[in-house]
Amino acid sequence: MNRQQVLELLPGYLDQELSFSESRECERYLEGSEECRIFFAQQRAARAELKLAALREDAPQALLLRIVTTLPSEISETAQAVRKKPPVDRLRQRLGQFGKRGMGAPTWMSAGAMAMSVAVLGLSMGLYLAVPSREQRLTQELLDDHVRSLQSNHLFDVISTNQHTVKPWFNGKLDFAPPVIDLAQQGYPLLGGRLDFVDGRAVAVTVYRYKLHMINLYVWQSSDAGTRPHVIEQRGYHVAHWSVAGLTYWAITDASADELDGFVSNLCEQLAS
Amino acid sequence: MADPTTEQRFKTLILPHLTSAFNVARWLTRNDQDAQDVTQEAYLRAFKFFPSFHGENPRAWLLAIVRNTFFTWYQQNTHQAPDAVFDEEVHSFETSDARQDDNPEAMLVRREDQQRVHRALQSLRTEFREVMVLRELEELSYKEIAAIVGIPIGTVMSRLGRGRQQLAALLVPMKQEA
Repeated sequence: MNRQQVLELLPGYLDQELSFSESRECERYLEGSEECRIFFAQQRAARAELKLAALREDAPQALLLRIVTTLPSEISETAQAVRKKPPVDRLRQRLGQFGKRGMGAPTWMSAGAMAMSVAVLGLSMGLYLAVPSREQRLTQELLDDHVRSLQSNHLFDVISTNQHTVKPWFNGKLDFAPPVIDLAQQGYPLLGGRLDFVDGRAVAVTVYRYKLHMINLYVWQSSDAGTRPHVIEQRGYHVAHWSVAGLTYWAITDASADELDGFVSNLCEQLAS
Repeated sequence: MADPTTEQRFKTLILPHLTSAFNVARWLTRNDQDAQDVTQEAYLRAFKFFPSFHGENPRAWLLAIVRNTFFTWYQQNTHQAPDAVFDEEVHSFETSDARQDDNPEAMLVRREDQQRVHRALQSLRTEFREVMVLRELEELSYKEIAAIVGIPIGTVMSRLGRGRQQLAALLVPMKQEA
């Protein structure tokens, strides 16, 4: 192997991508040749500079949201198309098919199929009962999100104590307009807002403060909770949720139950007025 | 396609590599906004082709799609070869280094250094820049890079060698100025 060939191999030597014999050859030249040493030092310096410069960046949360919301649309559309057909139609369709090609099949086959269906039904009922309720799951997901928002410096996409700045920020990002209310006078100043992804959909989050405690208020379109908020405790956090005028609200904080209660009743008062 | 398990597999295999995809797109486009568009388009393509993916390396598979998406996007948007416009013009990104430091002076120096490296890497030709990013940022093996870019392993090595040499040459005078 000549010097030129070794110069070509040195990047691979730095990256530990060479065979044993090639590496030995490189080592031999690095000891003997000044030119090889300089070239190798340069390679190593360039690599070190790139590592130091911390050029890799996390993908923006908004991009993840964009991708997740556009991707499964194909899936959910087809799923909806299937669902829209009344079940009776589907059943008739299937029976029709059965009539056309299935009559010749021995009856024990359909008996077997029936037994299988019953078994599967029993199994899925069992699974259904074992799975935590939607509300439990949602509480868990929101708690995790709340904790994560405090940890990863991702509390805000928009930082402002002015409700007239935070509210328009949500324009065009969601298919509803979340109410943004400042409760500074009641002791719960508004800090800002962000978008998050909860329960398979984009939700608005407004962030408030009570003394040193953060309060995340999640809002999305649905009315599947009661209108009367009640506060529950989980893992040391306090959680309240309720639905008003087609929107569901979840408030989560590490402040005490009384303080969260105060926040919620003040908020509801303002929402109603 | 409308199979929920396909969607689930896509979410567990492909979605976690978003940061890799975004960074490769970011260094190819040299612009944050374009990088987001390219990444999103690449994910749509990946989703479409996902049923035909049976390999063992979802990240390399995704990054090859990101790269192809970039070249298509580039031709559509500029009608020029990727290096014709950019070489002199340096697009600056904001470096989002949000960490707080007690010593503002040290932070400033570090930041300036980082921006120099940033600009130097940006000014390299695409063929060198892409192998550098795949190797130094994404830490892929030569074999993976060769598969993504579609070149022999020997070419990966020589492009890395030349790219590093150019980068070192760009950075040395800067250091002396400082």
